[in-house]
Amino acid sequence: MIITKQKSLEEIRKMLAGYGKILILGCGTCATVCFAGGEREVAILASSLRMAEKINGKKKTFFEHTVKRQCDWEFLDEIAEKVKAADVVLSLSCGVGVQAIAERFPNSRVLPGIDTCFLGLTAEPGIWSERCDACGHCLVHETGGICPIARCAKGLFNGPCGGSVAGKCEISPDVPCAWQLIIDHLAALGQLDKLEVIQPPKDWRTSHSGGPRKIVSPVREESGEK
Amino acid sequence: MKAGTKLERILASGQFAVTAEAGPPKGASAEVIRKKGELLRHCCDAVNVTDNQTAIVRMSSLAGCLLLKQQGLEPVMQIVVRDRNRLALQSDVLGAVALGIGNILCLSGDHQKFGNHPTAKGVFDIDSIQLVQALKTMRDDKKFISGEDISGEMPVFIGAAANPFADPFEYRVHRLAKKVKAGADFIQTQAVYDVSKFAKWMEMVRERGLDKQVHILAGVIPIRSAGMARYMRDSVPGIAMPDSIVTRMEKAANAKEEGARIILEIIEQLKGMPGVHGVHIMAVGWEDIVPDIVQKSGLMPRPVV
Repeated sequence: MIITKQKSLEEIRKMLAGYGKILILGCGTCATVCFAGGEREVAILASSLRMAEKINGKKKTFFEHTVKRQCDWEFLDEIAEKVKAADVVLSLSCGVGVQAIAERFPNSRVLPGIDTCFLGLTAEPGIWSERCDACGHCLVHETGGICPIARCAKGLFNGPCGGSVAGKCEISPDVPCAWQLIIDHLAALGQLDKLEVIQPPKDWRTSHSGGPRKIVSPVREESGEK
Repeated sequence: MKAGTKLERILASGQFAVTAEAGPPKGASAEVIRKKGELLRHCCDAVNVTDNQTAIVRMSSLAGCLLLKQQGLEPVMQIVVRDRNRLALQSDVLGAVALGIGNILCLSGDHQKFGNHPTAKGVFDIDSIQLVQALKTMRDDKKFISGEDISGEMPVFIGAAANPFADPFEYRVHRLAKKVKAGADFIQTQAVYDVSKFAKWMEMVRERGLDKQVHILAGVIPIRSAGMARYMRDSVPGIAMPDSIVTRMEKAANAKEEGARIILEIIEQLKGMPGVHGVHIMAVGWEDIVPDIVQKSGLMPRPVV
């Protein structure tokens, strides 16, 4: 899942300066699961903004709506009228959703109301934790199902650095050392010999380093369409 | 001979090596490096120049090494993978070799959050073991990481670090083995204060026969004050500072003298430890103590090879 976090009210209000009719647009998928931009968060943000603007004496109107997914064209048709009627859309979706709105409605203004943080999971209720760097070529079969690129602060490929202490990363006692996790997991599986192999430098072309990425489905490729 | 540097010749001859560290300034003064060079000239075989140590921007390691070289000292260029991708790393190595800098120590580097530019992006394109391997391939096969040919010779004596005090302890010797397999010729360790833990690690090193494949130089950092001892115990990741040393420093009438005494005792034990081929003295900001320490350790005069 794409983990997101709502921006501060202060930052949002700064972005909204000069706009009168504002559509707060939620997203029913990832942003809902991590309590950043679902129907509930749209309602809470709208009432906070209404209250703040009332104190401030500014005349602003806030509209609320949540679509199933802002990153799919098919769910954007239903909001065309609402977008048109507003001066600006405050999107509570990840960066993908915000850009989908901008692309689908090129004559409308769109603002990001949340920050896109990482690819992760709900570790515990209310705690989200990073798991994947979307590097484009998964290698976790070499590392006990734990990704050192996403979970080691230095993205090391060949074991823990000298800053691993008591299972924690040198950057913070709150961050587990990914390599300690890998070693523990491989030890439990009886696969510690995997760590004897020197992992070669990674081919980063499949990551963002290779430029913006695109995947064409094999079916589509066969039919000759691009 | 891999590179024929003085450090390599001394280690190859079986003599106990002494290296020291000279941190470059947070400025462009060549004089700072030269002064440290003069202090260290007669008491060590080679001088490490740190590479943006603790993620604080300083004069480049390459420039610092060249300044020492011009003074007639032998440098060890430290190079971290935190700040450069594989293009920049290999290019700096070519430059170092062209300038006659033959000892290169490959490191990960402290995380950028510890330094004076915590908002920087960490590079970490390759890791320190991959860098060691890259240097070996550059030297022995005359090839870049990409497999393309390098023109001319690439004489380098390849160094790597080891921290026997980090966790998981049992894995540390495997990591050393990996560095040796990747191509490390010499190792400089994290500072030793807990000598018995270090001795245990060395025992595991000898069991695997690694002391016969790589030259291990044990690191030491002289302690100047009780505050420094406490700071290293409480706040430096990967340093094992026993409480007994902190207490000795706290009770000492003259902290600097006590600090020097502690280091001398540690060096004495390291000298007698099988498989330890030298010491690496990192007197951060206290370089003028180094000649005294080396003299009192009975390691003067340094051999001429």
